[in-house]
Amino acid sequence: MKAELQPVLDALQSAFGARSSEFREQAKAVLAAEHIVAAARLLRDAHGFNMLAALSAVDYWPERQPRLHVVYQFKNLDKNLRLELRVPLDGDEPELPSLIEVFPNANWHERELWDMFGIRVTNHPDLRRILMPADWVGHPLRKDYPLGYEEVQFSFNFEEIDQRKPRPQD
Amino acid sequence: MSLSQLEITHDELKHLVSERALTGETLLLNMGPQHPSTHGVLRLLLELDGEIVVNCIPDIGFLHTGIEKNMEAKSYEKAEVMTDRLDYLNTMGNNLAYCLAVEKLVDLDVPARAQAIRVIFAELQRIASHLVWLATHALDLAAMSMFFYCFNQRERILDIMEMCAGQRMMTTYFRPGGLWRDVPAEFETAVRAFIDSFPKEIELYEGLLDKNPIFLDRTKGIGIFTGEEGIAWGVTGSTLRGSGVAYDLRKEEPYSGYEQYDFDVCTEQEGDVYARYRVRMREFHESLKIIRQALDKLPSGPFRSNNRKFVPPPRAELGESMEAVIHHFKLWTEGFPAPKNSIYMPIESPRGELGVYLEGDGGPKPYRCHWRTPSFVNLQILPKISQGCYVADLVAIIGSIDIVLGDTDR
Repeated sequence: MKAELQPVLDALQSAFGARSSEFREQAKAVLAAEHIVAAARLLRDAHGFNMLAALSAVDYWPERQPRLHVVYQFKNLDKNLRLELRVPLDGDEPELPSLIEVFPNANWHERELWDMFGIRVTNHPDLRRILMPADWVGHPLRKDYPLGYEEVQFSFNFEEIDQRKPRPQD
Repeated sequence: MSLSQLEITHDELKHLVSERALTGETLLLNMGPQHPSTHGVLRLLLELDGEIVVNCIPDIGFLHTGIEKNMEAKSYEKAEVMTDRLDYLNTMGNNLAYCLAVEKLVDLDVPARAQAIRVIFAELQRIASHLVWLATHALDLAAMSMFFYCFNQRERILDIMEMCAGQRMMTTYFRPGGLWRDVPAEFETAVRAFIDSFPKEIELYEGLLDKNPIFLDRTKGIGIFTGEEGIAWGVTGSTLRGSGVAYDLRKEEPYSGYEQYDFDVCTEQEGDVYARYRVRMREFHESLKIIRQALDKLPSGPFRSNNRKFVPPPRAELGESMEAVIHHFKLWTEGFPAPKNSIYMPIESPRGELGVYLEGDGGPKPYRCHWRTPSFVNLQILPKISQGCYVADLVAIIGSIDIVLGDTDR
Protein backbone atom coordinates (compact mmCIF):
# COMPACT_ATOMS: atom_id res chain seq x y z
CA MET A 1 0.00 0.00 0.00
CA LYS A 2 1.25 3.46 -0.87
CA ALA A 3 2.15 5.66 2.10
CA GLU A 4 -0.04 8.54 0.83
CA LEU A 5 -3.13 6.40 1.45
CA GLN A 6 -2.64 6.19 5.22
CA PRO A 7 -3.90 9.74 6.01
CA VAL A 8 -6.97 9.06 3.82
CA LEU A 9 -7.76 5.88 5.72
CA ASP A 10 -7.20 7.69 9.03
CA ALA A 11 -9.59 10.46 7.98
CA LEU A 12 -12.25 7.91 7.00
CA GLN A 13 -11.72 6.12 10.30
CA SER A 14 -12.11 9.23 12.46
CA ALA A 15 -15.07 10.67 10.50
CA PHE A 16 -17.11 7.54 9.74
CA GLY A 17 -15.57 4.74 11.83
CA ALA A 18 -14.34 2.97 8.71
CA ARG A 19 -12.35 -0.23 9.32
CA SER A 20 -9.46 -0.55 6.87
CA SER A 21 -7.51 -3.56 5.68
CA GLU A 22 -5.00 -4.44 3.00
CA PHE A 23 -4.59 -7.35 0.59
CA ARG A 24 -1.95 -7.67 -2.16
CA GLU A 25 -1.00 -4.01 -1.59
CA GLN A 26 -4.55 -2.79 -2.23
CA ALA A 27 -6.24 -0.78 0.50
CA LYS A 28 -9.89 -1.20 1.37
CA ALA A 29 -12.15 0.32 3.99
CA VAL A 30 -15.55 -0.87 5.26
CA LEU A 31 -18.12 1.70 6.35
CA ALA A 32 -21.88 1.92 6.95
CA ALA A 33 -24.32 2.73 4.14
CA GLU A 34 -25.52 6.01 5.70
CA HIS A 35 -22.01 7.47 5.46
CA ILE A 36 -21.20 6.56 1.86
CA VAL A 37 -22.29 9.85 0.24
CA ALA A 38 -20.41 11.94 2.80
CA ALA A 39 -17.38 9.66 2.51
CA ALA A 40 -17.36 9.92 -1.30
CA ARG A 41 -17.60 13.71 -1.04
CA LEU A 42 -14.75 13.78 1.47
CA LEU A 43 -12.63 11.60 -0.82
CA ARG A 44 -13.35 13.79 -3.84
CA ASP A 45 -13.04 17.24 -2.26
CA ALA A 46 -10.36 16.77 0.41
CA HIS A 47 -8.25 13.92 -0.95
CA GLY A 48 -8.44 14.31 -4.73
CA PHE A 49 -10.18 11.04 -5.59
CA ASN A 50 -11.78 12.49 -8.70
CA MET A 51 -12.99 9.36 -10.46
CA LEU A 52 -15.42 6.62 -9.48
CA ALA A 53 -13.66 3.86 -11.38
CA ALA A 54 -15.98 0.95 -10.68
CA LEU A 55 -19.02 0.02 -8.61
CA SER A 56 -20.45 -3.42 -8.04
CA ALA A 57 -21.67 -5.76 -5.30
CA VAL A 58 -21.09 -9.24 -3.89
CA ASP A 59 -23.80 -11.48 -2.44
CA TYR A 60 -22.87 -13.57 0.62
CA TRP A 61 -26.16 -15.50 0.82
CA PRO A 62 -27.11 -17.43 2.99
CA GLU A 63 -25.49 -14.91 5.31
CA ARG A 64 -28.03 -12.34 6.52
CA GLN A 65 -26.08 -9.71 8.40
CA PRO A 66 -24.62 -8.56 6.16
CA ARG A 67 -26.00 -10.30 3.11
CA LEU A 68 -24.43 -8.02 0.50
CA HIS A 69 -21.32 -5.92 0.11
CA VAL A 70 -21.40 -2.98 -2.27
CA VAL A 71 -17.88 -2.34 -3.57
CA TYR A 72 -16.73 1.10 -4.79
CA GLN A 73 -13.37 1.67 -6.49
CA PHE A 74 -12.14 5.27 -6.34
CA LYS A 75 -9.20 6.64 -8.28
CA ASN A 76 -7.06 9.71 -7.66
CA LEU A 77 -5.68 10.62 -11.09
CA ASP A 78 -3.23 13.28 -9.90
CA LYS A 79 -1.48 11.22 -7.24
CA ASN A 80 -2.18 7.85 -8.91
CA LEU A 81 -3.92 6.27 -5.92
CA ARG A 82 -6.71 3.73 -5.70
CA LEU A 83 -9.01 3.05 -2.78
CA GLU A 84 -11.77 0.51 -2.33
CA LEU A 85 -14.77 1.24 -0.13
CA ARG A 86 -17.12 -1.56 0.91
CA VAL A 87 -20.60 -1.03 2.26
CA PRO A 88 -22.31 -4.01 3.98
CA LEU A 89 -26.10 -4.29 3.54
CA ASP A 90 -28.47 -6.55 5.47
CA GLY A 91 -31.41 -8.68 4.47
CA ASP A 92 -33.45 -9.32 1.33
CA GLU A 93 -34.57 -5.78 0.58
CA PRO A 94 -31.43 -3.71 1.02
CA GLU A 95 -31.32 0.03 0.48
CA LEU A 96 -28.45 2.31 -0.42
CA PRO A 97 -28.22 6.09 -0.94
CA SER A 98 -27.31 7.20 -4.44
CA LEU A 99 -23.91 8.68 -5.26
CA ILE A 100 -25.04 10.53 -8.40
CA GLU A 101 -24.73 14.02 -6.91
CA VAL A 102 -21.03 13.40 -6.21
CA PHE A 103 -20.12 11.20 -9.20
CA PRO A 104 -22.61 11.42 -12.11
CA ASN A 105 -21.41 8.14 -13.62
CA ALA A 106 -22.81 6.27 -10.61
CA ASN A 107 -26.14 6.39 -12.47
CA TRP A 108 -25.79 3.30 -14.63
CA HIS A 109 -23.73 1.43 -12.04
CA GLU A 110 -26.53 1.86 -9.50
CA ARG A 111 -29.14 0.76 -12.03
CA GLU A 112 -27.04 -2.36 -12.47
CA LEU A 113 -27.01 -2.85 -8.68
CA TRP A 114 -30.82 -2.78 -8.72
CA ASP A 115 -31.06 -4.99 -11.79
CA MET A 116 -28.56 -7.63 -10.75
CA PHE A 117 -28.77 -7.60 -6.94
CA GLY A 118 -32.12 -6.01 -6.07
CA ILE A 119 -30.46 -3.21 -4.09
CA ARG A 120 -32.94 -0.33 -3.99
CA VAL A 121 -30.97 2.89 -4.48
CA THR A 122 -32.73 5.81 -2.81
CA ASN A 123 -32.71 9.29 -4.44
CA HIS A 124 -31.93 7.74 -7.82
CA PRO A 125 -33.67 9.66 -10.63
CA ASP A 126 -34.07 6.73 -13.00
CA LEU A 127 -33.98 3.38 -11.20
CA ARG A 128 -34.93 1.00 -14.01
CA ARG A 129 -33.42 -2.32 -15.02
CA ILE A 130 -30.43 -1.75 -17.30
CA LEU A 131 -29.20 -5.10 -18.65
CA MET A 132 -32.18 -7.45 -18.15
CA PRO A 133 -35.52 -6.86 -19.93
CA ALA A 134 -37.92 -4.49 -18.15
CA ASP A 135 -40.38 -7.29 -17.28
CA TRP A 136 -37.77 -9.67 -15.86
CA VAL A 137 -38.51 -11.31 -12.50
CA GLY A 138 -35.67 -11.73 -10.00
CA HIS A 139 -32.13 -10.43 -9.67
CA PRO A 140 -29.72 -12.75 -11.49
CA LEU A 141 -26.42 -12.14 -9.69
CA ARG A 142 -27.86 -13.05 -6.29
CA LYS A 143 -26.51 -16.34 -5.07
CA ASP A 144 -29.99 -17.79 -4.45
CA TYR A 145 -30.89 -17.21 -8.11
CA PRO A 146 -30.24 -20.50 -9.95
CA LEU A 147 -27.89 -20.48 -12.92
CA GLY A 148 -30.31 -22.63 -14.91
CA TYR A 149 -29.41 -25.53 -17.14
CA GLU A 150 -31.26 -27.50 -19.76
CA GLU A 151 -31.89 -30.99 -18.39
CA VAL A 152 -29.93 -33.72 -20.17
CA GLN A 153 -32.23 -36.26 -21.79
CA PHE A 154 -31.21 -39.93 -21.73
CA SER A 155 -33.15 -42.75 -23.36
CA PHE A 156 -34.67 -43.85 -20.04
CA ASN A 157 -36.09 -40.43 -19.16
CA PHE A 158 -36.40 -38.82 -22.59
CA GLU A 159 -40.18 -38.57 -22.67
CA GLU A 160 -40.53 -37.61 -19.03
CA ILE A 161 -38.25 -34.58 -19.52
CA ASP A 162 -39.73 -33.84 -22.93
CA GLN A 163 -43.16 -33.37 -21.40
CA ARG A 164 -42.07 -30.76 -18.88
CA LYS A 165 -39.96 -28.74 -21.31
CA PRO A 166 -41.28 -25.22 -21.77
CA ARG A 167 -42.83 -24.65 -25.21
CA PRO A 168 -44.19 -21.62 -26.95
CA GLN A 169 -47.88 -20.94 -26.29
CA ASP A 170 -50.20 -22.19 -29.03
CA MET B 1 -48.03 11.51 -32.07
CA SER B 2 -48.14 11.60 -28.30
CA LEU B 3 -45.95 9.45 -26.11
CA SER B 4 -48.75 7.16 -24.92
CA GLN B 5 -49.51 6.09 -28.49
CA LEU B 6 -46.01 4.79 -28.99
CA GLU B 7 -45.99 1.19 -27.88
CA ILE B 8 -42.20 1.08 -28.07
CA THR B 9 -41.85 3.33 -25.04
CA HIS B 10 -42.78 2.62 -21.44
CA ASP B 11 -44.67 4.99 -19.20
CA GLU B 12 -41.65 4.97 -16.97
CA LEU B 13 -39.62 6.73 -19.66
CA LYS B 14 -41.78 9.86 -19.38
CA HIS B 15 -39.45 11.50 -16.88
CA LEU B 16 -36.55 11.21 -19.30
CA VAL B 17 -38.01 13.30 -22.15
CA SER B 18 -39.00 16.95 -22.09
CA GLU B 19 -42.52 18.34 -21.67
CA ARG B 20 -42.62 19.09 -25.38
CA ALA B 21 -42.50 15.38 -26.22
CA LEU B 22 -45.63 14.75 -24.16
CA THR B 23 -47.61 17.33 -26.16
CA GLY B 24 -46.26 16.00 -29.43
CA GLU B 25 -44.25 19.13 -30.23
CA THR B 26 -41.05 17.14 -30.55
CA LEU B 27 -40.67 13.77 -32.23
CA LEU B 28 -39.66 10.57 -30.47
CA LEU B 29 -37.64 8.27 -32.68
CA ASN B 30 -35.95 4.94 -32.12
CA MET B 31 -32.45 4.56 -33.45
CA GLY B 32 -31.50 0.91 -33.14
CA PRO B 33 -31.20 -1.74 -31.85
CA GLN B 34 -30.87 -2.87 -35.48
CA HIS B 35 -29.13 0.16 -36.92
CA PRO B 36 -25.71 -0.13 -38.60
CA SER B 37 -24.41 3.14 -37.13
CA THR B 38 -24.99 2.14 -33.52
CA HIS B 39 -22.12 -0.38 -33.81
CA GLY B 40 -24.08 -3.38 -32.61
CA VAL B 41 -27.29 -3.69 -30.70
CA LEU B 42 -27.47 -0.31 -29.02
CA ARG B 43 -30.90 1.31 -28.94
CA LEU B 44 -31.14 5.07 -28.65
CA LEU B 45 -34.47 6.71 -27.93
CA LEU B 46 -34.12 10.14 -29.52
CA GLU B 47 -36.26 13.17 -28.87
CA LEU B 48 -35.93 15.34 -31.95
CA ASP B 49 -36.81 18.93 -32.69
CA GLY B 50 -36.61 18.84 -36.46
CA GLU B 51 -33.18 17.39 -36.97
CA ILE B 52 -31.74 18.55 -33.64
CA VAL B 53 -31.34 16.06 -30.80
CA VAL B 54 -33.12 17.37 -27.69
CA ASN B 55 -32.65 14.23 -25.60
CA CYS B 56 -30.85 10.99 -26.23
CA ILE B 57 -31.67 8.02 -24.00
CA PRO B 58 -29.46 4.96 -24.51
CA ASP B 59 -31.03 1.58 -23.88
CA ILE B 60 -28.53 -1.26 -23.49
CA GLY B 61 -28.63 -4.92 -22.50
CA PHE B 62 -29.60 -6.51 -25.81
CA LEU B 63 -26.35 -8.46 -25.82
CA HIS B 64 -26.36 -9.38 -22.13
CA THR B 65 -25.11 -12.95 -21.85
CA GLY B 66 -24.74 -13.37 -18.09
CA ILE B 67 -20.98 -13.89 -18.30
CA GLU B 68 -20.36 -12.74 -14.71
CA LYS B 69 -22.92 -15.25 -13.40
CA ASN B 70 -21.60 -18.06 -15.58
CA MET B 71 -18.01 -17.49 -14.46
CA GLU B 72 -19.04 -18.17 -10.85
CA ALA B 73 -19.92 -21.76 -11.84
CA LYS B 74 -16.59 -22.60 -13.48
CA SER B 75 -13.07 -23.12 -12.18
CA TYR B 76 -10.60 -20.25 -12.59
CA GLU B 77 -8.97 -21.81 -15.63
CA LYS B 78 -12.21 -22.80 -17.37
CA ALA B 79 -13.89 -19.45 -16.74
CA GLU B 80 -11.27 -17.80 -18.92
CA VAL B 81 -12.90 -18.85 -22.20
CA MET B 82 -15.84 -16.59 -21.34
CA THR B 83 -13.59 -13.53 -21.20
CA ASP B 84 -12.99 -13.66 -24.96
CA ARG B 85 -16.69 -13.18 -25.53
CA LEU B 86 -16.91 -9.91 -23.58
CA ASP B 87 -15.18 -7.42 -25.82
CA TYR B 88 -14.83 -9.43 -28.99
CA LEU B 89 -12.44 -6.90 -30.57
CA ASN B 90 -10.05 -7.11 -27.63
CA THR B 91 -9.94 -10.82 -26.88
CA MET B 92 -6.25 -10.94 -25.96
CA GLY B 93 -6.70 -7.88 -23.73
CA ASN B 94 -9.57 -9.54 -21.87
CA ASN B 95 -7.49 -12.69 -21.41
CA LEU B 96 -4.68 -10.52 -20.09
CA ALA B 97 -6.87 -8.66 -17.59
CA TYR B 98 -8.35 -11.91 -16.31
CA CYS B 99 -5.01 -13.76 -16.06
CA LEU B 100 -3.38 -10.81 -14.27
CA ALA B 101 -6.31 -10.74 -11.83
CA VAL B 102 -6.05 -14.47 -11.10
CA GLU B 103 -2.27 -14.23 -10.76
CA LYS B 104 -2.60 -11.34 -8.34
CA LEU B 105 -5.27 -13.13 -6.29
CA VAL B 106 -3.25 -16.35 -5.88
CA ASP B 107 0.14 -14.54 -5.92
CA LEU B 108 1.64 -16.34 -8.92
CA ASP B 109 4.73 -15.16 -10.82
CA VAL B 110 4.90 -15.09 -14.61
CA PRO B 111 8.20 -15.68 -16.49
CA ALA B 112 9.67 -12.73 -18.41
CA ARG B 113 9.21 -14.40 -21.82
CA ALA B 114 5.49 -14.87 -21.25
CA GLN B 115 5.15 -11.26 -20.13
CA ALA B 116 6.87 -9.95 -23.27
CA ILE B 117 4.75 -12.12 -25.58
CA ARG B 118 1.65 -10.95 -23.72
CA VAL B 119 2.65 -7.34 -24.35
CA ILE B 120 3.25 -8.01 -28.07
CA PHE B 121 -0.17 -9.58 -28.44
CA ALA B 122 -1.92 -6.93 -26.36
CA GLU B 123 -0.48 -4.25 -28.64
CA LEU B 124 -1.26 -6.18 -31.83
CA GLN B 125 -4.79 -6.48 -30.50
CA ARG B 126 -4.90 -2.75 -29.82
CA ILE B 127 -3.94 -2.10 -33.45
CA ALA B 128 -6.55 -4.59 -34.67
CA SER B 129 -9.22 -3.01 -32.48
CA HIS B 130 -8.33 0.52 -33.59
CA LEU B 131 -8.46 -0.71 -37.20
CA VAL B 132 -12.04 -1.92 -36.75
CA TRP B 133 -12.87 1.36 -35.05
CA LEU B 134 -11.33 3.37 -37.91
CA ALA B 135 -13.04 1.21 -40.54
CA THR B 136 -16.51 1.52 -39.05
CA HIS B 137 -16.11 5.13 -37.96
CA ALA B 138 -15.07 6.19 -41.47
CA LEU B 139 -17.84 4.07 -42.97
CA ASP B 140 -20.38 5.89 -40.79
CA LEU B 141 -19.06 9.14 -42.24
CA ALA B 142 -19.42 7.80 -45.80
CA ALA B 143 -15.76 6.91 -46.46
CA MET B 144 -16.43 3.39 -47.67
CA SER B 145 -12.98 2.48 -49.01
CA MET B 146 -11.41 2.83 -45.54
CA PHE B 147 -13.35 -0.22 -44.47
CA PHE B 148 -11.64 -2.46 -47.01
CA TYR B 149 -8.15 -1.07 -46.37
CA CYS B 150 -8.48 -1.48 -42.59
CA PHE B 151 -9.98 -4.95 -42.60
CA ASN B 152 -7.26 -6.07 -44.97
CA GLN B 153 -4.60 -5.15 -42.40
CA ARG B 154 -6.61 -6.49 -39.48
CA GLU B 155 -6.71 -9.84 -41.23
CA ARG B 156 -2.90 -9.97 -41.08
CA ILE B 157 -3.03 -9.58 -37.27
CA LEU B 158 -5.72 -12.24 -36.98
CA ASP B 159 -3.50 -14.55 -39.02
CA ILE B 160 -0.70 -14.08 -36.48
CA MET B 161 -3.14 -14.92 -33.69
CA GLU B 162 -4.31 -18.01 -35.52
CA MET B 163 -0.70 -19.07 -35.98
CA CYS B 164 -0.08 -18.97 -32.21
CA ALA B 165 -3.44 -19.66 -30.58
CA GLY B 166 -5.16 -21.74 -33.26
CA GLN B 167 -8.03 -19.24 -33.30
CA ARG B 168 -8.50 -15.94 -35.08
CA MET B 169 -10.63 -14.22 -32.48
CA MET B 170 -11.63 -16.38 -29.48
CA THR B 171 -8.02 -17.03 -28.57
CA THR B 172 -7.80 -17.89 -24.83
CA TYR B 173 -4.07 -17.86 -25.45
CA PHE B 174 -2.90 -16.42 -22.14
CA ARG B 175 -3.41 -18.71 -19.17
CA PRO B 176 -2.93 -18.03 -15.45
CA GLY B 177 0.82 -18.42 -14.98
CA GLY B 178 1.87 -17.76 -18.58
CA LEU B 179 0.76 -18.85 -22.03
CA TRP B 180 -1.05 -21.86 -23.47
CA ARG B 181 1.96 -22.71 -25.68
CA ASP B 182 5.14 -21.03 -26.76
CA VAL B 183 5.01 -19.04 -29.99
CA PRO B 184 6.02 -20.95 -33.17
CA ALA B 185 9.30 -20.25 -34.99
CA GLU B 186 7.59 -18.18 -37.71
CA PHE B 187 6.12 -15.79 -35.16
CA GLU B 188 8.91 -13.21 -35.11
CA THR B 189 9.16 -13.02 -38.92
CA ALA B 190 5.41 -12.56 -39.25
CA VAL B 191 5.22 -9.81 -36.63
CA ARG B 192 8.27 -8.02 -38.07
CA ALA B 193 6.77 -8.16 -41.54
CA PHE B 194 3.61 -6.57 -40.18
CA ILE B 195 5.25 -3.80 -38.13
CA ASP B 196 7.62 -2.93 -41.00
CA SER B 197 4.85 -2.47 -43.54
CA PHE B 198 2.14 -1.00 -41.33
CA PRO B 199 3.48 2.61 -41.00
CA LYS B 200 2.93 3.02 -44.75
CA GLU B 201 -0.68 1.94 -44.30
CA ILE B 202 -1.19 4.55 -41.58
CA GLU B 203 0.06 7.19 -44.05
CA LEU B 204 -2.47 5.89 -46.54
CA TYR B 205 -5.33 6.20 -44.04
CA GLU B 206 -4.25 9.67 -43.01
CA GLY B 207 -3.94 10.67 -46.65
CA LEU B 208 -7.52 9.58 -47.24
CA LEU B 209 -8.99 11.31 -44.20
CA ASP B 210 -6.82 14.14 -42.87
CA LYS B 211 -7.42 16.49 -45.78
CA ASN B 212 -10.84 15.19 -46.72
CA PRO B 213 -13.20 18.21 -46.36
CA ILE B 214 -16.25 16.01 -45.74
CA PHE B 215 -14.48 14.11 -42.97
CA LEU B 216 -13.15 17.31 -41.38
CA ASP B 217 -16.55 19.03 -41.54
CA ARG B 218 -18.21 16.13 -39.83
CA THR B 219 -15.64 15.62 -37.08
CA LYS B 220 -14.20 19.02 -36.08
CA GLY B 221 -16.04 20.78 -33.26
CA ILE B 222 -18.51 17.91 -32.81
CA GLY B 223 -19.25 16.11 -29.53
CA ILE B 224 -16.98 18.18 -27.28
CA PHE B 225 -16.37 17.47 -23.61
CA THR B 226 -13.63 18.81 -21.36
CA GLY B 227 -11.11 16.77 -19.43
CA GLU B 228 -12.79 17.56 -16.08
CA GLU B 229 -16.17 16.44 -17.39
CA GLY B 230 -14.64 13.26 -18.75
CA ILE B 231 -13.04 12.42 -15.40
CA ALA B 232 -16.26 13.15 -13.50
CA TRP B 233 -18.12 10.78 -15.82
CA GLY B 234 -15.45 8.10 -15.43
CA VAL B 235 -14.45 8.25 -19.10
CA THR B 236 -11.07 6.61 -19.77
CA GLY B 237 -8.84 5.54 -22.63
CA SER B 238 -8.36 7.28 -25.97
CA THR B 239 -11.75 8.99 -25.51
CA LEU B 240 -10.45 10.84 -22.43
CA ARG B 241 -7.00 11.44 -23.94
CA GLY B 242 -8.72 13.30 -26.77
CA SER B 243 -9.71 15.86 -24.13
CA GLY B 244 -6.15 16.49 -23.00
CA VAL B 245 -5.88 14.18 -19.97
CA ALA B 246 -2.72 12.07 -20.23
CA TYR B 247 -4.17 9.09 -18.37
CA ASP B 248 -2.91 5.74 -19.57
CA LEU B 249 -2.77 2.75 -17.20
CA ARG B 250 0.21 1.33 -19.08
CA LYS B 251 2.18 4.31 -17.68
CA GLU B 252 0.30 4.96 -14.43
CA GLU B 253 0.01 1.43 -13.10
CA PRO B 254 2.31 -0.67 -15.32
CA TYR B 255 1.54 -4.36 -15.60
CA SER B 256 3.15 -7.24 -17.49
CA GLY B 257 6.43 -5.32 -17.80
CA TYR B 258 5.13 -2.20 -19.60
CA GLU B 259 7.52 -0.09 -17.50
CA GLN B 260 10.46 -1.44 -19.58
CA TYR B 261 9.21 0.02 -22.84
CA ASP B 262 9.63 3.55 -24.09
CA PHE B 263 6.44 5.03 -25.52
CA ASP B 264 4.42 8.25 -25.34
CA VAL B 265 0.91 8.84 -24.10
CA CYS B 266 -0.86 10.58 -27.00
CA THR B 267 -3.18 13.45 -26.12
CA GLU B 268 -5.07 16.11 -28.04
CA GLN B 269 -6.58 19.23 -26.48
CA GLU B 270 -9.79 19.88 -28.46
CA GLY B 271 -11.95 17.11 -26.99
CA ASP B 272 -14.00 16.72 -30.18
CA VAL B 273 -14.53 13.78 -32.55
CA TYR B 274 -11.51 14.79 -34.62
CA ALA B 275 -9.24 14.91 -31.54
CA ARG B 276 -10.26 11.38 -30.59
CA TYR B 277 -9.54 10.29 -34.16
CA ARG B 278 -6.07 11.88 -34.02
CA VAL B 279 -5.28 10.22 -30.67
CA ARG B 280 -6.06 6.76 -32.02
CA MET B 281 -4.11 7.36 -35.24
CA ARG B 282 -1.05 8.33 -33.18
CA GLU B 283 -1.53 5.34 -30.89
CA PHE B 284 -0.93 3.07 -33.88
CA HIS B 285 2.67 4.34 -33.95
CA GLU B 286 3.12 3.97 -30.17
CA SER B 287 1.86 0.38 -30.30
CA LEU B 288 4.30 -0.39 -33.10
CA LYS B 289 7.10 1.13 -31.01
CA ILE B 290 6.25 -1.13 -28.06
CA ILE B 291 6.01 -4.26 -30.23
CA ARG B 292 9.39 -3.51 -31.83
CA GLN B 293 11.10 -3.06 -28.44
CA ALA B 294 9.50 -6.20 -27.03
CA LEU B 295 10.57 -8.24 -30.06
CA ASP B 296 14.12 -6.88 -29.97
CA LYS B 297 14.68 -8.03 -26.41
CA LEU B 298 12.34 -11.02 -26.34
CA PRO B 299 13.79 -13.11 -23.50
CA SER B 300 14.26 -16.83 -23.88
CA GLY B 301 13.24 -19.22 -21.13
CA PRO B 302 10.02 -20.84 -19.96
CA PHE B 303 6.73 -19.57 -21.38
CA ARG B 304 4.75 -20.43 -18.27
CA SER B 305 5.32 -20.69 -14.56
CA ASN B 306 6.82 -23.84 -13.08
CA ASN B 307 4.53 -23.68 -10.07
CA ARG B 308 2.68 -26.99 -10.50
CA LYS B 309 0.02 -26.07 -7.97
CA PHE B 310 -1.41 -23.62 -10.51
CA VAL B 311 0.01 -24.54 -13.93
CA PRO B 312 -0.32 -28.04 -15.44
CA PRO B 313 2.91 -29.99 -16.14
CA PRO B 314 4.08 -30.44 -19.75
CA ARG B 315 2.61 -33.46 -21.56
CA ALA B 316 6.00 -35.19 -21.79
CA GLU B 317 6.33 -35.37 -18.01
CA LEU B 318 3.10 -37.31 -17.55
CA GLY B 319 4.65 -40.53 -18.85
CA GLU B 320 7.49 -40.60 -16.34
CA SER B 321 6.44 -38.74 -13.19
CA MET B 322 3.68 -39.87 -10.86
CA GLU B 323 3.68 -36.42 -9.26
CA ALA B 324 3.03 -34.81 -12.65
CA VAL B 325 0.06 -37.14 -13.19
CA ILE B 326 -1.38 -36.16 -9.81
CA HIS B 327 -0.93 -32.43 -10.52
CA HIS B 328 -2.47 -32.81 -13.96
CA PHE B 329 -5.45 -34.73 -12.55
CA LYS B 330 -6.02 -32.29 -9.68
CA LEU B 331 -5.81 -29.22 -11.92
CA TRP B 332 -8.17 -30.50 -14.61
CA THR B 333 -10.76 -32.08 -12.34
CA GLU B 334 -10.83 -29.67 -9.45
CA GLY B 335 -8.75 -26.60 -10.31
CA PHE B 336 -6.62 -24.57 -7.93
CA PRO B 337 -7.93 -22.77 -4.83
CA ALA B 338 -7.72 -19.00 -4.33
CA PRO B 339 -7.71 -17.18 -0.98
CA LYS B 340 -10.88 -15.78 0.57
CA ASN B 341 -10.29 -12.17 -0.40
CA SER B 342 -10.68 -9.81 -3.32
CA ILE B 343 -8.54 -7.78 -5.71
CA TYR B 344 -9.20 -5.19 -8.42
CA MET B 345 -6.97 -5.39 -11.49
CA PRO B 346 -7.23 -2.59 -14.07
CA ILE B 347 -5.52 -2.64 -17.47
CA GLU B 348 -5.56 -0.29 -20.46
CA SER B 349 -7.78 -1.85 -23.11
CA PRO B 350 -8.12 -0.18 -26.54
CA ARG B 351 -11.26 1.48 -25.17
CA GLY B 352 -10.06 2.51 -21.70
CA GLU B 353 -9.79 1.12 -18.20
CA LEU B 354 -10.76 -2.55 -18.23
CA GLY B 355 -10.99 -3.59 -14.58
CA VAL B 356 -11.53 -7.04 -13.15
CA TYR B 357 -12.87 -7.32 -9.62
CA LEU B 358 -12.13 -10.88 -8.59
CA GLU B 359 -13.10 -12.42 -5.26
CA GLY B 360 -12.14 -15.90 -4.08
CA ASP B 361 -13.75 -17.97 -1.33
CA GLY B 362 -10.99 -20.50 -0.68
CA GLY B 363 -12.38 -22.86 -3.33
CA PRO B 364 -11.49 -23.46 -6.99
CA LYS B 365 -14.19 -21.21 -8.50
CA PRO B 366 -14.41 -17.40 -8.53
CA TYR B 367 -16.91 -16.32 -5.89
CA ARG B 368 -17.53 -13.09 -7.78
CA CYS B 369 -15.98 -11.73 -10.95
CA HIS B 370 -17.10 -8.25 -11.94
CA TRP B 371 -15.97 -6.64 -15.18
CA ARG B 372 -15.63 -2.89 -15.16
CA THR B 373 -15.86 -2.47 -18.90
CA PRO B 374 -14.81 0.79 -20.57
CA SER B 375 -17.64 0.75 -23.14
CA PHE B 376 -20.28 0.64 -20.39
CA VAL B 377 -18.83 3.63 -18.55
CA ASN B 378 -17.82 5.68 -21.60
CA LEU B 379 -21.25 5.36 -23.20
CA GLN B 380 -22.82 7.16 -20.24
CA ILE B 381 -21.47 10.49 -21.41
CA LEU B 382 -23.26 10.17 -24.79
CA PRO B 383 -26.57 11.86 -23.73
CA LYS B 384 -24.59 14.77 -22.34
CA ILE B 385 -22.41 15.46 -25.38
CA SER B 386 -25.08 14.76 -27.99
CA GLN B 387 -27.61 17.33 -26.77
CA GLY B 388 -28.20 19.97 -29.42
CA CYS B 389 -26.34 18.20 -32.22
CA TYR B 390 -27.74 16.91 -35.51
CA VAL B 391 -28.75 13.28 -35.91
CA ALA B 392 -25.98 12.85 -38.47
CA ASP B 393 -23.44 14.16 -35.94
CA LEU B 394 -24.76 11.73 -33.35
CA VAL B 395 -23.53 8.95 -35.62
CA ALA B 396 -20.06 10.49 -35.64
CA ILE B 397 -20.10 10.88 -31.84
CA ILE B 398 -21.10 7.24 -31.23
CA GLY B 399 -18.29 6.16 -33.52
CA SER B 400 -15.76 8.35 -31.74
CA ILE B 401 -16.55 6.91 -28.29
CA ASP B 402 -15.60 3.49 -29.73
CA ILE B 403 -18.04 1.21 -27.96
CA VAL B 404 -18.34 -2.53 -28.37
CA LEU B 405 -21.72 -3.80 -27.29
CA GLY B 406 -20.36 -7.12 -26.06
CA ASP B 407 -18.25 -5.05 -23.69
CA THR B 408 -21.16 -2.84 -22.65
CA ASP B 409 -23.70 -5.58 -21.97
CA ARG B 410 -21.42 -8.37 -20.72
